[in-house]
Amino acid sequence: MISILDFTRDDLEKLFEETDNMRKRLDEGNVPKILSNSIIALAFFEPSTRTRMSFETAAKRLGANTISFTSEEAISVSKGESFADTIRMLDGYSDLIIVRHKYEGAALFAAEIAKAPVINAGDGKQHHPTQAMLDLYTIRYLKGTVDDLVIGVLGDLKYGRAAASFLLGLTHFRPRRIYLISPQELKLRPEIKELLMERGLNIKELNSLVDVLPELDILYVTRIQKERFPDLREYEKVKGSYRISSKLLFSLAKKDLKILHPLPRVDEISYDVDSTSFAAYFTQARLGVPLRMALLKLILLGGES
Amino acid sequence: MNAREGLYVRKIKNGTVIDHIPAGRALTVLRILGISGKEGLRVAIVMNVESSRLGLKDIVKIEGKYLNEEDVNKISLIAPLATVNVIKDYEVVKKFKVKPPKIVEGIIRCPNPTCISRKSREPIKPKFRLVSTNPIKLQCIYCGSIISENEIVEQLTSLR
Repeated sequence: MISILDFTRDDLEKLFEETDNMRKRLDEGNVPKILSNSIIALAFFEPSTRTRMSFETAAKRLGANTISFTSEEAISVSKGESFADTIRMLDGYSDLIIVRHKYEGAALFAAEIAKAPVINAGDGKQHHPTQAMLDLYTIRYLKGTVDDLVIGVLGDLKYGRAAASFLLGLTHFRPRRIYLISPQELKLRPEIKELLMERGLNIKELNSLVDVLPELDILYVTRIQKERFPDLREYEKVKGSYRISSKLLFSLAKKDLKILHPLPRVDEISYDVDSTSFAAYFTQARLGVPLRMALLKLILLGGES
Repeated sequence: MNAREGLYVRKIKNGTVIDHIPAGRALTVLRILGISGKEGLRVAIVMNVESSRLGLKDIVKIEGKYLNEEDVNKISLIAPLATVNVIKDYEVVKKFKVKPPKIVEGIIRCPNPTCISRKSREPIKPKFRLVSTNPIKLQCIYCGSIISENEIVEQLTSLR
């Protein structure tokens, strides 16, 4: 699985039902070790904390074993081995390969080479489908549905793969309206924007959050990285205007607005938001485990229970 | 085929004639077809001859080789109006216009430097899907980058 667009709404609904089931099992402390015969390779050529650890936790909860390396330096890639050879080797060792790489298209290339299924855990600035599934599931968990909501997506929409994948994922549903809120320099790439419109999303681009904040049901925040700005003064200016504080939220937002963030956060959301009912990003991170458990089960065992 | 061209190159007995190539692109057409001259084929190249449709045009004649339609369609990226004549015993037995292939593999490089198809020492060929025909637009199947007709022509016609 390479892109969130490889799935249908039905596939996602099925995944979400299975995630509900896994969540229940986890709460009850009663998780069957249904993957005890499986070995899962975690091929993270690029650093990751949450995605790698939640996949590893998910695999272990279901009784699977994992083999892993954590960055290119740690393995023979640093001795000059090609990506293709590394994937072939892992294909020989494991039943499923989870790949993250800084090059766009790496997971698709891995899937062409390997016989085992491949899960894309992030390829460059392109796709991050399991994050998108998690984001959509979190919204369903918090709001009961993804349809009919007004959703704001804020931050680096140009280079951030999480935001792009989330938006592509939303095309499987019928949100009422999507606001794309970003500085001019970090607007969504035109090819993604076209795709969203073709697929029927009602989107509007703007620079300022405050104008639309009162309308939002969901605010999806991503990090704005300093290194994306040629002029640091521009960055400092932009950073301030996208910062979310509890004061701002209490004065403008709907009471039941929920804020999501793929994490890690730097200072785009103040710490004083964490203890409010708006903050949903830690819930979102926690749901990553049951969602990935459900995904591993569906991929390795199919639909049977 | 107009009369003046006969002054330069005589008819071939068996093989393929590619006509209506934009002036100056005959060598690029051969390069896309993978014909370097080392195959021993007899190849005639006519450049910058008059054409009623194009003003000036190039023509390529390849003796003794019938080109696969799928292969020859690749040249539509730089010669969208080209016509291909299959010659048997001095007669045109088949004639068709090139059309852009749905998948283009190998001849164009992805413009995105962090596309996996650009990574050195990997056994991977760049691969694009056709997303629009007029103008031609290709999309990299690996990284999703879009490459425009102008970029394609520039890449293929610049000397490498």
